[in-house]
Amino acid sequence: MAYFLFRRTLGFVLTLLAVSLVVFAVMNVLPGDPALTILGMDASEDAIAALREQLGLNEPLVTRYVSWVWNALQGDFGLSHSFRVPVSELIAERLPMTISLAVAGMLVTLVLALGLGITAAAQHGRAGDWGVMFLSQLGIAVPAFWLSILLVMLFAVKLRWLPPGGFAGWDDPAAALRSLILPTVALALVQSAVLARVTRSSALEVMRQDFVRTARASGLSRRRVLWRHVLPNALVPIVTIVGMQFAALVTGTIVIENVFYLPGLGRLIFQSIANRDLPTVQALVMLFAAIVVTANFVVDLLYVVIDPRLKARA
Amino acid sequence: MKRLPANFLLGALLVSLVVGVAALSLVWTPHDPQAMSISTKFAPPSTEHWLGTDQLGRDVVAQLMAAARNSMTVALVAVLLGGSIGVGLGLLASALGGWVEDAVMRLADLGFAFPALLFAIMLAAVFGPSLTNAVLAISFINIPIFARVTRASANQIWTRDYVAAARAAGRGRFAISRDHILPNIAAAVIVQATIEFAVAILAEAALSYLGLGAQPPASSWGRMLSEAQTLMYLAPQLAIYPGLCIVVAVLGFGLLGDGLRDITDPRLVRAR
Repeated sequence: MAYFLFRRTLGFVLTLLAVSLVVFAVMNVLPGDPALTILGMDASEDAIAALREQLGLNEPLVTRYVSWVWNALQGDFGLSHSFRVPVSELIAERLPMTISLAVAGMLVTLVLALGLGITAAAQHGRAGDWGVMFLSQLGIAVPAFWLSILLVMLFAVKLRWLPPGGFAGWDDPAAALRSLILPTVALALVQSAVLARVTRSSALEVMRQDFVRTARASGLSRRRVLWRHVLPNALVPIVTIVGMQFAALVTGTIVIENVFYLPGLGRLIFQSIANRDLPTVQALVMLFAAIVVTANFVVDLLYVVIDPRLKARA
Repeated sequence: MKRLPANFLLGALLVSLVVGVAALSLVWTPHDPQAMSISTKFAPPSTEHWLGTDQLGRDVVAQLMAAARNSMTVALVAVLLGGSIGVGLGLLASALGGWVEDAVMRLADLGFAFPALLFAIMLAAVFGPSLTNAVLAISFINIPIFARVTRASANQIWTRDYVAAARAAGRGRFAISRDHILPNIAAAVIVQATIEFAVAILAEAALSYLGLGAQPPASSWGRMLSEAQTLMYLAPQLAIYPGLCIVVAVLGFGLLGDGLRDITDPRLVRAR
């Protein structure tokens, strides 16, 4: 067990390092002068030279990479050009929005997908099953940003129940929650389409096994067998997909925040691209990639908790 | 002859429709997709403009057709480029084994840390947004996917007797990869390519919607939607058609991929 944890943790750290190398390489080694990118073609040579000095671009690449990683580990991502404040401050300011959106999206996804998936499996081959399968097939093909636009047209423009976008801050919690409803639903509906399918097929596998028949034969109700015996045993493939989906959700927030004009990290990344704010883009891309890698690492660890047999093998 | 699965038939139908329209747009569109006419802006559907016109008086049908062509081109290039590199790496990993296989698979793991969107964001920040960068980003995420599928399928073929026979006959690893492994994993690769085609269409639409893909005046379903979003109160219909096109295209390739898998690998049908 200790060896398993050690190997997985080592792999996780190495992957993070490799990811940081890729991000740094793409943003710094590729042809082009970052100072020129930031200032534009018509900048004076003095200004470019000064910015090169400020960004530390005259240092060797290896030194720059090491100091970037070292500072980042201590929470220092450098200075944002467009906002004139430390990037870490910008991140701290906007992280709550992105995290709330991702976590709320994940919760709604889980409730919808597990419910629909188990229902479909219980109704295997009948109308309920076909309905869920059809909806999920459709859900996979619908882009989240189009679904968002449709939701806004229905609930904000036509019915006027919810705001079409924007965010007034957390001071008024009720208003804040109202602005998050449509983005959360748009994120979750698409994700739960995938997860409902996996839940269904995984539950169907388990339902074929002898202990399920035994549980039914011993007089337990269908509902109890489904939720207490089938679902827990169907969890391993579901958790795998949930891990991948959390990563998809987090990057999905980038899209959704831009559709609904929400002040999170995803919106910040696009403002930074428009402002040619390379240090901010670099920090945010690294942060998002790190979240993806971390989600996969957590899933690896969860396997062992869910399926003790894997512990023995590990 | 066994009946073809329903998902394959429906998928094939939708794909033929989208590809047919895209091909037709090469030689004919009802109007020039870029031709503006401010006097007829926001025209309702008519015999002249079947789905009406947009905020600049451009014909919606002509734009949807041109966008279909662009979308298919992007998906084709991205899947071919990323797919061939991925298949090459997968074959190499499987043929050589040992540290080469380990290295390729760790690289593939690394690739999974970068969703297409993140990669496109990096490229856009450095080089400025463009369709080429979007294509590169989508190709890039295809490499690890194809490398994994290829290696997994190829490793099975390497254990077959006829491969052992070819090796005993003195054939090299690369010749065997080309003549025996590749033809036998082609089905799995084609199934994956069809599914990734759907993913690429979605990715292109999302990137173009966010301004990281097709730049004006090129037609793109994603870009049409981002323009339509600002006109939601004036002309909500403009936000409907491009989305429907994306759904039809993605659904078509997705169903076709599922159907092809059911046909080529019947063992999977029961399990799914």
